[in-house]
Amino acid sequence: MRTYFFADTAVLTGRTMRHVTRSMDTIITTAITPIAMMLLFVYVFGGAIDTGSASYVNYMLPGILLITIASGISYTAFRLFNDIQGGIFERFQSMPIARSGVLWAHVLTSLAANLISLVLVFLVALLIGFRTGAGALAWLAVVGILVLFTLALTWLAVIPGLTAKSVEGASAFAYPLIFLPFISSAFVPTATMPGPVRAFAENQPVTSIVNTIRDLFARQPVGHDVWIALGWCVGILVVAYILATMSYRRRIS
Amino acid sequence: MLAGMSVPPTSNQVQQPAISVQGLEKSYQELRVLRGVDLDVARGSIFALLGSNGAGKTTVVRILSTLLKADAGTARVNGFDVAAQAAEVRESISLTGQFAAVDEILTGRENLVLVARLRHLEDPGAIADGLLKRFSLTEAGARRAATYSGGMRRRLDIAMSLIGNPPVIFLDEPTTGLDPEARIEVWQAVEELARGGTTVLLTTQYLEEAEQLADRIAILHQGRIIVDGTLAELKQLLPPAKVEYVEKQPSLEDVFFAVVGDAARDDK
Repeated sequence: MRTYFFADTAVLTGRTMRHVTRSMDTIITTAITPIAMMLLFVYVFGGAIDTGSASYVNYMLPGILLITIASGISYTAFRLFNDIQGGIFERFQSMPIARSGVLWAHVLTSLAANLISLVLVFLVALLIGFRTGAGALAWLAVVGILVLFTLALTWLAVIPGLTAKSVEGASAFAYPLIFLPFISSAFVPTATMPGPVRAFAENQPVTSIVNTIRDLFARQPVGHDVWIALGWCVGILVVAYILATMSYRRRIS
Repeated sequence: MLAGMSVPPTSNQVQQPAISVQGLEKSYQELRVLRGVDLDVARGSIFALLGSNGAGKTTVVRILSTLLKADAGTARVNGFDVAAQAAEVRESISLTGQFAAVDEILTGRENLVLVARLRHLEDPGAIADGLLKRFSLTEAGARRAATYSGGMRRRLDIAMSLIGNPPVIFLDEPTTGLDPEARIEVWQAVEELARGGTTVLLTTQYLEEAEQLADRIAILHQGRIIVDGTLAELKQLLPPAKVEYVEKQPSLEDVFFAVVGDAARDDK
């Protein structure tokens, strides 16, 4: 079966990508909430937030990018759930194809769809004054971290996609993920928070990822934050991948 | 076995039944759905598995199409064991599940091309066009499957199952939820399949459907096959027919087709 893994995954990815391109509203919806939040923070709250940084949009864009991903992956769970409910999943499973290709197609599509949303959000950020002097290497690092974060959350999204009993259940898991950047260094410096909140904020994954991306954009040394960020991303990715694969085996056994 | 390798029926296989099931058992926790199912389906025949809702018909089909593992018993499809040779079984079969398994966002033609490409066939476009024509879907081919009527969706579903000419086809309640015209369209498609030498195992809860289509009928009841035979054999189980004179009333079906026009039926 290995022989056709790549060919089958490519064909199936083409299918799920059509689901994305034929309902561009999902990409717009994914991008529009973070964009609205960005405008709200920059033009309404931003004036009152002292970040010690010259431009607030420069400060908060990394957090907005993570929110974009967190809301984007709920559509992956949604699409996977619909496949399973609709019966096309069973058709694929009863065909002589590489069975894991069905999951990989959803994962690759999630990656592509999220990158489109991220580009949209980034373009709006440029319009409202985001500037970076980041060089090619720093850009590569930013994209690498965003891709890794997307993959980690996508595999996390696969689990409810496979196991949920309802559409709401399949996508509801994303809400806490969307909320997580608010209790981090994404919008305000953690130093302003009361003790326990600050302890949580400084030790949850979003803060290290946000700090790393912010430093990369600002051409600052990233320090050890980058290793913590990578550790979180890879850790979530591995655990989510294992759990997702287990759920998948249970589904198709 | 390598994927994509065709499965040539050896002389040995041709002698064997296309589907052979012995002592199949399956339980969901306390619920014993299958309690020892035995059946044989001859090559090129239409076999109807008849039973009420919850009798276990779908469970049998899911086990035979490698989607579910049996607790006990053996099942061979096209000569391959469903548990030990699942990949070879999948090469040999096509499943049309209870709910039309079409991709609603793709067009009818794209659905067919998708399956042809997943079966690694050459010229998927030509295969798709051929099937669209055969199932009278050519005009609808460029439309999204979501816009199809129930009958069209079923026809597309069955057309997708034919790609690659699998020797065995499972149809799980192919006409449930369809209107009478659409049901007749599906019956025609199934009959055409069997004419082409494909073995068809269909499940149904409609007695009329089994009577209309099947060479052989088995009744699944409380997890066991309680009767298995040709229609004539099944009829012999009852006391000989009495001759009665009854004024022939038109059936509702006669009325229906008289009113809506006989087009669908004339095709038959």
